[in-house]
Amino acid sequence: MTMASKAFSPDMSVTAEWRDFLALTKPRVLSLVVFTGLCGLLAAPVSINPVLGFTAVLCIALGAGAAGALNQWYEADLDALMHRTANRPLPAGRMDRQSALHFGVGVGAFSVLLMGLAVNLLAAVLLLLSILFYVMIYTVWLKRRTPQNIVIGGAAGAFPVLIGWAAATGRVEALPVLMFALVFLWTPPHFWALALFVKADYTKAGVPMLPVVAGIRTTRAQVLLYTVPMVIAAVAPWPLGLTGAIYGVGASALSAIFLVLAVRVGFSTEGDATLMKPERHLFAYSIVYLFATFGLLVADKALIA
Amino acid sequence: MNVTPPENQAEIRRRQRSRSIVTALVLGALVILFYAISIAKML
Repeated sequence: MTMASKAFSPDMSVTAEWRDFLALTKPRVLSLVVFTGLCGLLAAPVSINPVLGFTAVLCIALGAGAAGALNQWYEADLDALMHRTANRPLPAGRMDRQSALHFGVGVGAFSVLLMGLAVNLLAAVLLLLSILFYVMIYTVWLKRRTPQNIVIGGAAGAFPVLIGWAAATGRVEALPVLMFALVFLWTPPHFWALALFVKADYTKAGVPMLPVVAGIRTTRAQVLLYTVPMVIAAVAPWPLGLTGAIYGVGASALSAIFLVLAVRVGFSTEGDATLMKPERHLFAYSIVYLFATFGLLVADKALIA
Repeated sequence: MNVTPPENQAEIRRRQRSRSIVTALVLGALVILFYAISIAKML
């Protein structure tokens, strides 16, 4: 919380800072979404006008930001209970809920309209689906009801690569579908590695994350189980002839490291969250892994072209 | 009656001003973007 927001009474919260609106969009999550969307666009076999390409990536960012804002609007009560999220604009009292709702709906609608008018209809439909999926299916329906929330919710984060590809080509093809599968299958090990060492927060907030509901041992096994199909999805484009050796060798090496880290998590017996090093290593590496794999996809296409 | 203290008023004004500046910059950027999109769609 800023000094200013600490110093003033609750009526100050209706005049939120512009930085608070930016924080609503979850900028750190946004960077990954924008990157995968951009890679989908750049890896496509058809080149797009740079202005329209920029517009497509901007729309993906705005759509994801709007979904993040609506997520925070709906989950303000949960966020207030968790150490990691208690300082967000709504639980910290720096913004009123209605402003967050208006901001999320307004930016989301604008992003879909702009994508439809400036780029193409398929990209706009996929963007709309991804926003609705994240807000309605993940945030409202699944997150508080099932420990599989992350599995289904992962699809929302996997959409940008499809949208980027569709923006460039106007079609959905095998390679972006495999990359969609990669992000979809990457999400459970990524989030469950985090959930293992912040389990206390989720327990306090009553969120049925897998470590809370099924226990640490089951979660570790699930991390390992999801990593296997994720590695297959990551490497598959090479033997299928959809990418070249640059991607194939690079993705194989990166995936092998991911698998080793997941095995360490899978066979760990540590119960103290502060000592869960394999989980922390896997969580940190999983972010690097996704950036690097998608970077390789673009590098492969650029070097072959 | 609920009276806002002067120091709060000053802080509210500061926030409103910074939000207005950011809104103006965003609108200006959108004008440029829409113009560029119009040209790109004609090509």
